[in-house]
Amino acid sequence: MIDKTLKQLAQALAAKEISSVELSTLFLDRIERLNPDINAFVTVDREQTLSMAAAADARIAAGTAGPLTGIPIAQKDIFCAEGWRTTCGSKMLADFVAPYNATVIEKMHRDAGLVLLGKTNMDEFAMGSSNETSFFGPVKNPWDRTRVPGGSSGGSAAAVAARLAPAATGTDTGGSIRQPAALCNLTGLKPTYGVVSRYGMIAYASSLDQGGPMGATAEDCALLLNTMAGFDVRDSTSLERPAEDYTRNLEQPLAGLRIGLPKEFFAAGCDAGVMATVQEAINEYRRLGATIVDVSLPNSHLSVPAYYVIAPAEASSNLSRFDGVRYGYRAPDYGNLDDMYMKTRAQGFGEEVKRRILIGTYVLSHGYYDAYYLQAQRIRRLIANDFVEAFKSCDVILGPTSPTTAFKLGEKSADPVQMYLSDIYTIAVNLAGLPGMALPCGFAGDLPVGLQLIGNYFDEARLLNVAHRYQQATDWHLRSPRGIE
Amino acid sequence: MSLTPEQVKRIAHLARIEVSEAEALTTQGHLNGIFALIEQMQAVDTTGVEPMAHAQDVSQRLRTDVVSESDRRAAYQAVAPEAEAGLYLVPKVIE
Repeated sequence: MIDKTLKQLAQALAAKEISSVELSTLFLDRIERLNPDINAFVTVDREQTLSMAAAADARIAAGTAGPLTGIPIAQKDIFCAEGWRTTCGSKMLADFVAPYNATVIEKMHRDAGLVLLGKTNMDEFAMGSSNETSFFGPVKNPWDRTRVPGGSSGGSAAAVAARLAPAATGTDTGGSIRQPAALCNLTGLKPTYGVVSRYGMIAYASSLDQGGPMGATAEDCALLLNTMAGFDVRDSTSLERPAEDYTRNLEQPLAGLRIGLPKEFFAAGCDAGVMATVQEAINEYRRLGATIVDVSLPNSHLSVPAYYVIAPAEASSNLSRFDGVRYGYRAPDYGNLDDMYMKTRAQGFGEEVKRRILIGTYVLSHGYYDAYYLQAQRIRRLIANDFVEAFKSCDVILGPTSPTTAFKLGEKSADPVQMYLSDIYTIAVNLAGLPGMALPCGFAGDLPVGLQLIGNYFDEARLLNVAHRYQQATDWHLRSPRGIE
Repeated sequence: MSLTPEQVKRIAHLARIEVSEAEALTTQGHLNGIFALIEQMQAVDTTGVEPMAHAQDVSQRLRTDVVSESDRRAAYQAVAPEAEAGLYLVPKVIE
């Protein structure tokens, strides 16, 4: 049962082979057994989970169930869920029980009837690429427990890879869905900016943040995105567009598909084992009938520098709300009001979060705004224009997701710049606001490699189709790590 | 560009984050490494390029000025570090 896809689980529930309470219990028991070592979940609440499962069983019995009703999933601990501790991986929110639901929570659990298995570990405030900045300790990669699962949605990735949950949500500001999916042999999708509501999703860099699904297969991601996407009046950047069925194009043949390879993604800087695996995936796409064309993203080398101005600038503004007054941590001892702010924030935030707040504060300060912030926004435009140009000659863009496979715990945590460079292939997509996917395409040594597919605006259904057809022809996505029985 | 420990302390004060002398020194090293990366942007001529603040060119929606949310003050204040009689409590600011 634990290796079934969402579609297979839905069939088992519909056929009464298993109830939602039984299925949820199965996964809760696995979490209890395996999570102490992997540390993928920060909050599990058996009572609330089983009460949701019982409600789902009632819906199934009454014939009012939706396609995924009764299937348990994990939520990244960045989504506020009423009555659930919601920490965002921070000491600042270590005891915060959300008084309201994120729109994603309402849509997935109240509307679609999915069951919430628990909240997953993550880099603090989604700032990190290894899940090592979490206040709740690092997550171990189920493929090799001496290695990182990637980040910031590392808990979600490890949970699904170890089959502690059939699927999970993530959020992606610079690669935080795609990179952990790649490092843990999963499929993950970052939608076009504005497709999934950000209401109740704790903000890091608001012009880049986007929630999305992480699962075993592209089909699972399509089914989950159906429940997550949609206009939300409560998010001022949510886009008013007609609802889509993201599964509608899954089976379309790939003959005639034009796949663009950006020469910048195939230059030096990528691990040879990762590159060989990606090349083999390109051959598979040729066999599936796709045409390979060369494209260029000439400004992509500027994406990391521009991102580390824009994201910290937005973060320094967003995180000013954590001041010890309305919610979250407050320092135990302080003098005047200013001292209370300074001590609360010094004690409540971890090192990486403080670093990014300081960078943001500096680049927005008087005298530096034009040189850093406006220059970064102009480069953002150049990067977005590169994609517009590239999509004139191709339908999707393909490359590696991450320049390496999963690295060792502690390997990059002392050097922020090295850590930042692990997102060189993913960040440009967020700056442009495009949809992007990661999917398993093989192994380098014993570690999974993730292929990245980038689509044009609102082309999620096509991306899912391109990923799904590949998964019909290969079985990389079906491989599981050892030691999770 | 290179930040001094004094500048680091000044920025930390603007961000309302207390830093010790030792932390200011470590932070200075990290920030200077990050700014060396960021400086790559300065070599690019962006004259005439419109800054891009947002992924989608959409304007802010307006709504009619009517009450749309219910009163949940008690639930929201229940998570505050210190609240009393509907008010958030902070150290005295007016002598």
